[in-house]
Amino acid sequence: MMINEAEDEEKWLAEGIAGIQHNAFYMHRALDSNNLREALKYSAQMLSELRTSKLSPHKYYDLYMRAFDELRKLEIFFKDEGKHGVSVVDLYELVQHAGNILPRLYLLCTVGSVYIKSKEAPAKEVLKDLVEMCHAVQHPLRGLFVRSYLAQISRDKLPDIGSEYEGDDGTVMDAVEFVLQNFTEMNKLWVRMQHQGPGRVREKQEKERNELRDLVGKNLHVLSQIEGVDLEMYKETVLPRVLEQVVNCKDDLSQYYLMDCIIQVFPDEYHLQTLETLLGACPQLQPTVDIKTVLSRLMDRLSNYAASSADVLPEFLQVEAFGKLSNAIGKVIETQVDMPAVGAITLYVSLLTFTLRVHPDRLDYVDLVLGACVKKLSNIPKLDDSRATKQVVALLSAPLEKYNDIVTALTLSNYPRVMDHLDNGTNKVMAMVIIQSIMKNNTCISTADKLDEDDFKDEQNSVARLIHMLYNNEPEEMLKIICTVRKHTMAGGPKRLPFTVPSLVFSALRLVRQLQGQEGDIVGEEVPATPKKIFQLLTQIIEDLSTVPSPELALRLSLQCAEAANDGDLEHVAYEFFTQAFVLYEEEIADSKAQVTAIHLIVGTLQRMNVFGVENRDTLTHKATGYSARLLKKPDQCRAVYACSHLFWVDDQDGVKDGERVLLCLKRALRIANAAQQMANVARGSSGPVTLFVEILNKYLYFFEKGNQQITGAAIQGLIELINTEKQSDSATPDSASDAFLASTMRYIQFQRQKGGIMGEKFESIKL
Amino acid sequence: MVLVLAIGDLHIPHRAPDLPPKFKSMLVPGKIQHIICTGNLCIKEVHDYFKSLCPDLHVTRGECDEDSRYPENKTLTIGQFKLGICHGHQVIPWGDLDSLAMLQRQLDVDILVTGHTHQFKAYKHEGGVVINPGSATGAYSSFTYDVNPSFVLMDIDGLRVVVYVYELIDGEVKVDKIDFKKTSTTRSAH
Repeated sequence: MMINEAEDEEKWLAEGIAGIQHNAFYMHRALDSNNLREALKYSAQMLSELRTSKLSPHKYYDLYMRAFDELRKLEIFFKDEGKHGVSVVDLYELVQHAGNILPRLYLLCTVGSVYIKSKEAPAKEVLKDLVEMCHAVQHPLRGLFVRSYLAQISRDKLPDIGSEYEGDDGTVMDAVEFVLQNFTEMNKLWVRMQHQGPGRVREKQEKERNELRDLVGKNLHVLSQIEGVDLEMYKETVLPRVLEQVVNCKDDLSQYYLMDCIIQVFPDEYHLQTLETLLGACPQLQPTVDIKTVLSRLMDRLSNYAASSADVLPEFLQVEAFGKLSNAIGKVIETQVDMPAVGAITLYVSLLTFTLRVHPDRLDYVDLVLGACVKKLSNIPKLDDSRATKQVVALLSAPLEKYNDIVTALTLSNYPRVMDHLDNGTNKVMAMVIIQSIMKNNTCISTADKLDEDDFKDEQNSVARLIHMLYNNEPEEMLKIICTVRKHTMAGGPKRLPFTVPSLVFSALRLVRQLQGQEGDIVGEEVPATPKKIFQLLTQIIEDLSTVPSPELALRLSLQCAEAANDGDLEHVAYEFFTQAFVLYEEEIADSKAQVTAIHLIVGTLQRMNVFGVENRDTLTHKATGYSARLLKKPDQCRAVYACSHLFWVDDQDGVKDGERVLLCLKRALRIANAAQQMANVARGSSGPVTLFVEILNKYLYFFEKGNQQITGAAIQGLIELINTEKQSDSATPDSASDAFLASTMRYIQFQRQKGGIMGEKFESIKL
Repeated sequence: MVLVLAIGDLHIPHRAPDLPPKFKSMLVPGKIQHIICTGNLCIKEVHDYFKSLCPDLHVTRGECDEDSRYPENKTLTIGQFKLGICHGHQVIPWGDLDSLAMLQRQLDVDILVTGHTHQFKAYKHEGGVVINPGSATGAYSSFTYDVNPSFVLMDIDGLRVVVYVYELIDGEVKVDKIDFKKTSTTRSAH
């Protein structure tokens, strides 16, 4: 059926062309013999071919162009009064006798052109007359073309400022009025074209309709070219009238095209100054209009405008462009809930580009844009649309490129949040982009001169955070990322290491856990990423800290690695990390407070180790206990030593439960507490609080409960008596805290006794 | 009704980049009367952030804290309750409830808030209540492979405290609550 239609159309077009040529031939003859009557007759007949309804717009245009060419010759003839002897005024009257309206109008316009040029009537009046008479053709296609003809021939005859038609014959206002009217009517006709025909036919019609859009748009182009249309006129007359038609026509095809046209055709300064009006029209458009593309293009234009010269930037600030644009975008995204992710993000990319060009120093604006993007992304599950993720990468790359400095980008609080929404593949892409950025600017970082201390810290903390965002599902890839980042942080110099090494270490430890979870034989190629390899890398990374130096940090990290090795059943690796920790303690940690913390960490970690064989465990325990007893202050010694008692008693079923050594520890702690009391007596004349003793008492109770046979009720009794004696002695200093502590401990004992059962019986043996 | 936020072990930036956004949006200034922080923030930025939520901020020292001047432990009275704070790396064995009970007796408090293990716990014993708000960022911990970000909000009203625990599980915030009452005759909570 379609083929037949196409064939038919070809036939009709051919017929139409033939008709035109036929009549044109006779028209030429008439022109040559100066026969006006005949010329009019044949030209009218020729123009009748344009009365057809059978042609598609494309073909109709073909026909129209042929007629157009012929009318040029006719116009030349009309102009030459000498040839036909009729005044232009009379000619204008004469052509109105043509039988059919369409030929009549074409002829009228042609004469009108001559009429205006002759200046025998004011341009404005002729134009007004013509534009109103065209009203008679309401058929969309034919009407569109005849008005287009009018527009074409009137183009150079508008009473613009500085034109020969200006003055009493007309002003710019008249010119504008004429074009606006023609535009409005043409748009109405164009919009009406969509209402014909059903379903699939309509689709075809839409396409055809689209081909005609430039006829309508040309009017806007003309308006932009009129010299007399300054900002004032644009603002007061042109834009409001155009927007009125755009909004009122309620046609999405037209609205989209015309909004875009306005943006492309009129100067950027005008857009800046009318931003509110322009943006205000957006919510009024049909919901099916792809307004985000329109807005994106507007912002792209404004961005380029901003980039063109620094002089224009103040204007942007003055009109509060950023605020208006981000509001408008927010509204659009809010109302169009079904907008796909890629659309919203494209908008934000445009806005971000705009912001970076116009307000590069306003990091808060940049962050706002990212924040709005996060908000939109939060409402959708992980992005799986490749175009959308591409846009997100563009969004995240823009600040990097602008600021040429990864760290500034990272101070944007919303930056990591946007990354949170990326799928793993894209995160990998992003990670590479960021690393490349670090690489590119590495020389800048390391040669940076005196950086403000706080700023430096902030920057480095940002880098540390970044490292957590570099994540890849593939272990090999993740390992590569860690190695790459390490290389670059190393190149940054020792000052940076304390900030970045911990993040690297924990990234690596997470990777170890991931690998441990992927247990099982891996068939085929070698798998370079193994826990062992990563622990080797970790050892090196922690060693890097010695260049700073940062022994306390290195110790903490070593112990974390030891625990991880323990979980992976790697006894030797764990032992090595403990060795590393002890060496750091012995050789580099001198501060007494730091030593106490270090001992707590060593003992606490060791207590949880279950991977060590007896020998290794003994060695490490012995060392730990030794160091505990040699801390500077006696109370610290005492506490550390009784903490060590737990090294000999682990509560799970396979754990060591060496009651004797526990007791030995506690007794040693007691001796230290005693010594502390004596020293206090000597140094200050009075003994210290009995707190330490009460603590040890509590430990006795702890192991007593757990069933350590070496600790008897009698021993506990003895300790209680000791405490009471100490409290009542002459040199005792009353201390409410230790009194309260003792009281609550005694309450605890009572409580246990009253429990009854085995526990109650046990505690009964403590005679109070 | 007095709201007390118990939070800690964020390990920013060494083990985590930031608080989860869903938590951040819940923690608004002006709603909380006291903040108790178990430690391991680790940087001043986090301290400032908490201060902006509530000026009455109490922090104890974690082993990774940048600022080593935080105290090892702290006690304070809120309404009818005495609270104690301690990071917990000093109490060995780590996470051992009996050893923590000893600390509680030593500090003579009704509620002991402690951290380090990154595991939420709310435990009642003869001497009182031990609360571990977990890690607010879900930071890496050697104690467990599965750290869900969590924090605790205590509503202290007379002799009663309601403990709300907020946990982020699979991207959703789940809330649980536990009631504790203190009888005025004894000095400890039951």
